[in-house]
Amino acid sequence: MEKGIAVTGMGIISSIGKNLEENYISLISGKNGLSFSEILETKHTHLPVGEIKISNLELLDSLKLNSSKPITRASLLGIVAVKEAILNADLHETQLGTCGFISGTSVGGIDATEKYYKNFQDGDYTEFIKAQHPGFTSKQIANYFEIKGQVSTISTACSSAANSIMLGARLIRSGKLKRVIVGGTDCLTKFTLNGFNSLMILSEKPNKAFDEDRNGLNLGEGAAYLVLEADDVLGAKQVLGRVSGYGNANDAFHQTASSPEGEGAYMAMNKALRTAKLNPRDIDFIHAHGTATRNNDLSESVAMNRVFKDSLPDFSSTKGFTGHTLAAAGGLQAVLNLLMLKNQQIYPTLNFQNKMEESGLIPITDLKHKRLSHILSNSFGFGGNCTSLIFSSNEK
Amino acid sequence: MKNRIFINGISSIAAQTEASVFENTVYSYNESVFPATAIDYKEFIPAKSLRRLSKALKMSISAASIALKDSGDLVPDAIITGTGQGCKQDTERFLESIFEEEEGLLSPTAFIHSTHNTIGGQIALYLNSNAYNITYSEDSASLEWALLDAQMQLNLDEDVENILVGGVDEISKTITGFMNFDHQLKKEQFSNLDLYKQESSGTITSEGAHFFALSNHSIETTYAELLDVSVIASLNSDEISENIKGFLKKNQLEISEINLLILGKNGDVNFDVYYSALKENVFKETPQLVYKHLVGDYDTVSGYALWLACKILKLQTIPEVLKVNKKNPEQIKYVLLYNQYLGENHSFILLKKY
Repeated sequence: MEKGIAVTGMGIISSIGKNLEENYISLISGKNGLSFSEILETKHTHLPVGEIKISNLELLDSLKLNSSKPITRASLLGIVAVKEAILNADLHETQLGTCGFISGTSVGGIDATEKYYKNFQDGDYTEFIKAQHPGFTSKQIANYFEIKGQVSTISTACSSAANSIMLGARLIRSGKLKRVIVGGTDCLTKFTLNGFNSLMILSEKPNKAFDEDRNGLNLGEGAAYLVLEADDVLGAKQVLGRVSGYGNANDAFHQTASSPEGEGAYMAMNKALRTAKLNPRDIDFIHAHGTATRNNDLSESVAMNRVFKDSLPDFSSTKGFTGHTLAAAGGLQAVLNLLMLKNQQIYPTLNFQNKMEESGLIPITDLKHKRLSHILSNSFGFGGNCTSLIFSSNEK
Repeated sequence: MKNRIFINGISSIAAQTEASVFENTVYSYNESVFPATAIDYKEFIPAKSLRRLSKALKMSISAASIALKDSGDLVPDAIITGTGQGCKQDTERFLESIFEEEEGLLSPTAFIHSTHNTIGGQIALYLNSNAYNITYSEDSASLEWALLDAQMQLNLDEDVENILVGGVDEISKTITGFMNFDHQLKKEQFSNLDLYKQESSGTITSEGAHFFALSNHSIETTYAELLDVSVIASLNSDEISENIKGFLKKNQLEISEINLLILGKNGDVNFDVYYSALKENVFKETPQLVYKHLVGDYDTVSGYALWLACKILKLQTIPEVLKVNKKNPEQIKYVLLYNQYLGENHSFILLKKY
């Protein structure tokens, strides 16, 4: 197998907690983060969302940022998570100067655009005009930490953060960087809530991933980042786990729907196994994308069965805890994967009752202790974008 | 030993055509926002789909097809797209429908097409390609990051030999119009050809799509070899010379070996100082070109510069309308591109004649 790229730090903020510790406690106690919108101003207050109950002003205050600064919610969430990851990895200020920053976001700062759209022409809030574009959000996070070199943004909808992790691993493998912070951030917006609502794939109940009676997803918000470091600069540092495999493929079927045979997902999982030089039977757990839409969960199940045949390992979707955090989802999953590797436990799929008739697959539904060496993690997005990553424990 | 990277196919859809620049019949525009010239999209996209597609999608699918055809029908092992601002027309349409309907019953069509990776996704659909498909949206370095990703994959030999890379940005009525309110666009009226005569802040903007078929293998009609790409998020104007020297040194080249420097100068008095630092000092003796007076400035406009460089390397001729100084290279072997926007995202692209 490939040794993979070392992860030396991680940070997270989601609707189940504003740091690693709080997220961990929610995960082991089965506490979900779904509620109704209070911070996002929307008419759709009957739709459950994974909202972080901290206002932008409170976030600004906790980060000691001037409240007159034009900063987006996605940047604020990102800064909170990156800050924890940097502390966790014990990165020093001098190291940040040459550290890269790769962030995934889908909506970027469109929360500002939708708020001020009609004010711009009067010359008001014009400092938020550029905020709509994804690079703005990443740049604000990078600037907070004075990261000035390699800063990039990937925007491939719901696989953005997973793709950022893949790019980070490749930047280290190619020798272009020694250290890079990777992950993603997205906040709740009217744009996405109304968008998914218009597609009629939002559930009015807590989502039931992989259940026969699943009827849609719940949107969430959050940010999660990892610190990746090259082996020759690790020193005596503790390694939390390794990114050992990655693969991306396009379903090339439909702009928003997945193909019935899950071709893109199948190819992405196989590519990840190939780059990690692992066999399907080496995988101990699959952290599924599992959004709880009719279409995704069936397509993903078919793809998993095609890759793993009669040796499908344990699998679970954690969208029941956090909701679907779009571009950040792959980052959240990455942090959860490393927590699972550290604690040798699997976090369950919440709200599951009946197996899907077509697949007969049953996810893990209670916290499970198990020996875990390799976790395969799926993130799929609009535009047919399918990404699979493999996280491995550091021993061997 | 790193694998070499050749540019085998190119395409450009922009506010100028190949003929308008190379045969000196340039189009002039009198607004600060002007569109790409129309091409016959029906040649590339079935008429029944055309209606549903935004300009970004029409331009991208067509430009991708042209570049691939130009490369001898290369089949890409990866499709990598850069777009700074993505599908603005559909984003604008969906945002305005949220306002108009007050979050009521909305048609999902515009939302579906609003994500940045709609472009790469639609190209995959048209090519029926399951290949690696990533979209970079890093403002004015979006295309450069797509090139960097391609460079790493082609150099690292990850079962990848051929990659389609492209950059695209479209204009949309309201969102592009916002650039008038935060000083990104010039206020005065003038012809684009006089861009560098205006001593004011801001620039002019437009739209375009530029695609490149890259490969580890050269063909008879190869345009150029892509030697290196580099992006630095932020720099001061007094740091630019040292950084360019470092970039060239890494590629074992001296300043004097660069036969042509293509600068992203956009007429903004506050930020053209980055180019002046090079123009008047380090590269004083080097022939220099500019292009944004012809095609405007937008996040992936460096695709136009890369397309120009490929054409010039192959034809070994330089259109007069691009020249900044009176220096003429005897032969054009190495071309260096430098671009930045508002003092951020400094990018270098280095090409060699094939």
